[in-house]
Amino acid sequence: MSHSETHAEGTNYLNCQKGIWSWMTTLDHKRIALMYLFTLTFFFFVGGLSALVVRTELFAAGAQFLTPKQYNNFFTIHGVVMVFLFIVPGIPAIMGNFLLPLMIGAKDVAFPRLNLLSYYIYIIGAVMALISLVPINTLPFISQGFSDWLVNTAGLGGPVDTGWTFYAPYSLAKSGTQSAVIWMTGAAFVLGFSSILTGLNFIVTVHKLRAPGMTWGRLPVFVWATYATAIIQTLATPVVGISLLLVIMERVFGVGIFDPTLGGDPILYSHLFWFYSHPVVYIMVLPAFGVIGEIIPVFSRKPIFGYKMVCGATFGIALIGFVVWAHHMFTSIGDTAAYVFSFLTFFVAVPTAVKVFNWVSTMYKGSISFNTPMLYAMSFVFLFMIAGTTGIYLATLAVDVFYHDTYFVVAHFHYTMQGGAVIGLIAALHFWFPKMTGKMYNETISKLTFVLVMIGFNLTFLPQFVLGMKGMPRRYFDYTGLEHFDLLQTLHATSTVGAYINALGYFLALINLLYFFWFGKTKAPANPFNSLSLEWQTQSPPIHENFAETPIVTDWTYGYGTKKDA
Amino acid sequence: MSTPTTSNAIESGPPHVHHMDAPTAYHAAKLGMWLFLATEVLLFGGLFTAFALYRYVYFAEFQAASVNLDWRMGALNTAFLIFSSFTAALAMDAAQHGDNAKVRRNILITLACGVVFLVVKYFEYKGKVAYGLFPYGVKGFENFLFVGALCLAIGASGVVIFTHNAKLKIPTILASIALVVAFYFLKGSIATISFDLANLFPFGHAHHPETKMVFNSPEFNTAYKSYFGLYYCMTGLHALHVILGMGILFWVYLKALNNRFSANYYTPVELGALYWHLVDLIWIYLFPLLYLVG
Repeated sequence: MSHSETHAEGTNYLNCQKGIWSWMTTLDHKRIALMYLFTLTFFFFVGGLSALVVRTELFAAGAQFLTPKQYNNFFTIHGVVMVFLFIVPGIPAIMGNFLLPLMIGAKDVAFPRLNLLSYYIYIIGAVMALISLVPINTLPFISQGFSDWLVNTAGLGGPVDTGWTFYAPYSLAKSGTQSAVIWMTGAAFVLGFSSILTGLNFIVTVHKLRAPGMTWGRLPVFVWATYATAIIQTLATPVVGISLLLVIMERVFGVGIFDPTLGGDPILYSHLFWFYSHPVVYIMVLPAFGVIGEIIPVFSRKPIFGYKMVCGATFGIALIGFVVWAHHMFTSIGDTAAYVFSFLTFFVAVPTAVKVFNWVSTMYKGSISFNTPMLYAMSFVFLFMIAGTTGIYLATLAVDVFYHDTYFVVAHFHYTMQGGAVIGLIAALHFWFPKMTGKMYNETISKLTFVLVMIGFNLTFLPQFVLGMKGMPRRYFDYTGLEHFDLLQTLHATSTVGAYINALGYFLALINLLYFFWFGKTKAPANPFNSLSLEWQTQSPPIHENFAETPIVTDWTYGYGTKKDA
Repeated sequence: MSTPTTSNAIESGPPHVHHMDAPTAYHAAKLGMWLFLATEVLLFGGLFTAFALYRYVYFAEFQAASVNLDWRMGALNTAFLIFSSFTAALAMDAAQHGDNAKVRRNILITLACGVVFLVVKYFEYKGKVAYGLFPYGVKGFENFLFVGALCLAIGASGVVIFTHNAKLKIPTILASIALVVAFYFLKGSIATISFDLANLFPFGHAHHPETKMVFNSPEFNTAYKSYFGLYYCMTGLHALHVILGMGILFWVYLKALNNRFSANYYTPVELGALYWHLVDLIWIYLFPLLYLVG
């Protein structure tokens, strides 16, 4: 493509090249972001549907339509798909890829080829995860001998039921039905590679490709958040890589690392696993913090309150997040260690609260307009406050002894993951929709889906706090005969109804955005929300090279309500 | 907040070539490599943590089991790897001076040292197998070798295909296929020959009849299994990194064959050498931990 064509009127990154091949081989960070968006949305609905299956089973006591084994399969699929295939790559791979170069005034990420490679590594991991779900040995035309080989050697015995954590020694059980653990853990290992390479790419991009004048002190908070996330991605993921690899080695070669019958220690697996998987919850939620930090100033027409504290708190969370992992093993580590990890876990609340106070202070006395992104952002602050304060309960040793492995924990982390990461992503998708697609979405329909999502979400998970407090253990197939049975029954039913409303809300949001992407008539202006951030200063959707000329930055991004904000 | 300028107009088309200037590209690549090395250290960090834990818990058993490793073989490999790190550094120095012939020479020496390392490692593993210290026995070891040959063949073919090296494409692919086929048909006899050798000379296996252990025997307790499990995982993962490092250096060699390096462009040599130094460094920790501390 020649120079003049790139800059022709009406040309943008979406239409500058045509055909499926131009998408599959693209090195453009914006196109890769869109490919991630579509792939991840697919897996979001796969994970969501399996959650609905689980909730439907729990609607009433006793067995409904699943066997206990199938129930375990479905909550495992829900966990693995949502964590490894959706939330972890989620905001960094979609919004980070799209926005990071635009926000710092660069033409692309530092390593465009590596960026595309990350995407394909993600696809390989996703395919491995899907393969693990297929019980190939049950196909009618397969002989008994071949079926045994498939199960015992090739690890194709159908979906696993270990839960997404693959806890040893359960994940090491030699029974044929567990054989697909090697595919599942292998998938998580491969997806980890994708995550590492994306993080590495982002770190180098922020270090080396900032536009002239874009100093560290002028970076948008989303860039700071993505940068902190990238550091966690790069430094934490290899550790889960090796622990999952050791699970595979242990299953395939019988080396004794985690299996007690071979001299191993299952608690070591928990330590290695959570050394990654606790920081990973900050991989999920820090970028969402960044998104909220971008949306609130724009719709409050006020500079973000305490810019340095917001960015510092991001790093505070990332740093402390590395030293709290053992709170997942409070009941299996020594007392002294438990005190230390309990204290450190409380400590995470400090930078998190700093962020919440800063967002609220930003809104204080602002001229707030309630566009859909702002509604999502405000609900994020509300939901994340519930998530954070219930986290304090779980960090408290005396309380955690009673609440661990109950629905209280389930409700808590769904408030952080869904109320945090997913709501953050949806807020971002609405806010940057005009920039990504060049079209406007419909405010009325979007607000309706927002209401559905909020009602559904809270109806699903608020009752689960009470369920947990009343002693309902998590991962249980049936709750017949448990104490407070009548109450449990009512709360479970409420939660299931909520889950359906929630799913309807997400489905309508998807239809809404897809419809206006393809059939939307309203062309988006370059800067519909009057933002001062760099990505809004170029056309919507941006040209292939992002900016016609490399911008020169002279001020920070948040000069709202000042003379420059005219 | 920003004022557009016309000073820096964009020249490149969709493939995003030249989206940064050469010095920035060089520094970006170097930063990226250092970050990648950090992830590699953390990957091995999990194994070192496990080793530290079990050595503390099963101190006596780990001491007894480590007698089965031959420190002379480990020392030999250490010497070869340190020397190869030196030649890798020489290759980089040559690249900075634009001497592509010297780059090729030094890379070839480095690759040869890598091959020697793997051969020595092979004799060590085989010694363990011959003495019954491998959980899957001789048959399992043969399958291991076959998978290893397959990986090597796919890796080498991949490198030449992706570097579009027309001269080496056909020979490398043919050699790769030959390697796999040879391994498939000869793996039994290769193993037999080398086991005969192992009986003649106890290469790679410290011969201590009084402490002879057999993996699947009842008296071979779980602590020994942990020790050998960690031994195979740590040295195996390291050997995999040696092979990967050799792949990277082979790719650098192909570039040097086309005289690509000059005082202005030597990034691949530097990054390849950095990676090779890491492979060396990890071995420098593995050697005393597994062979010497006992």
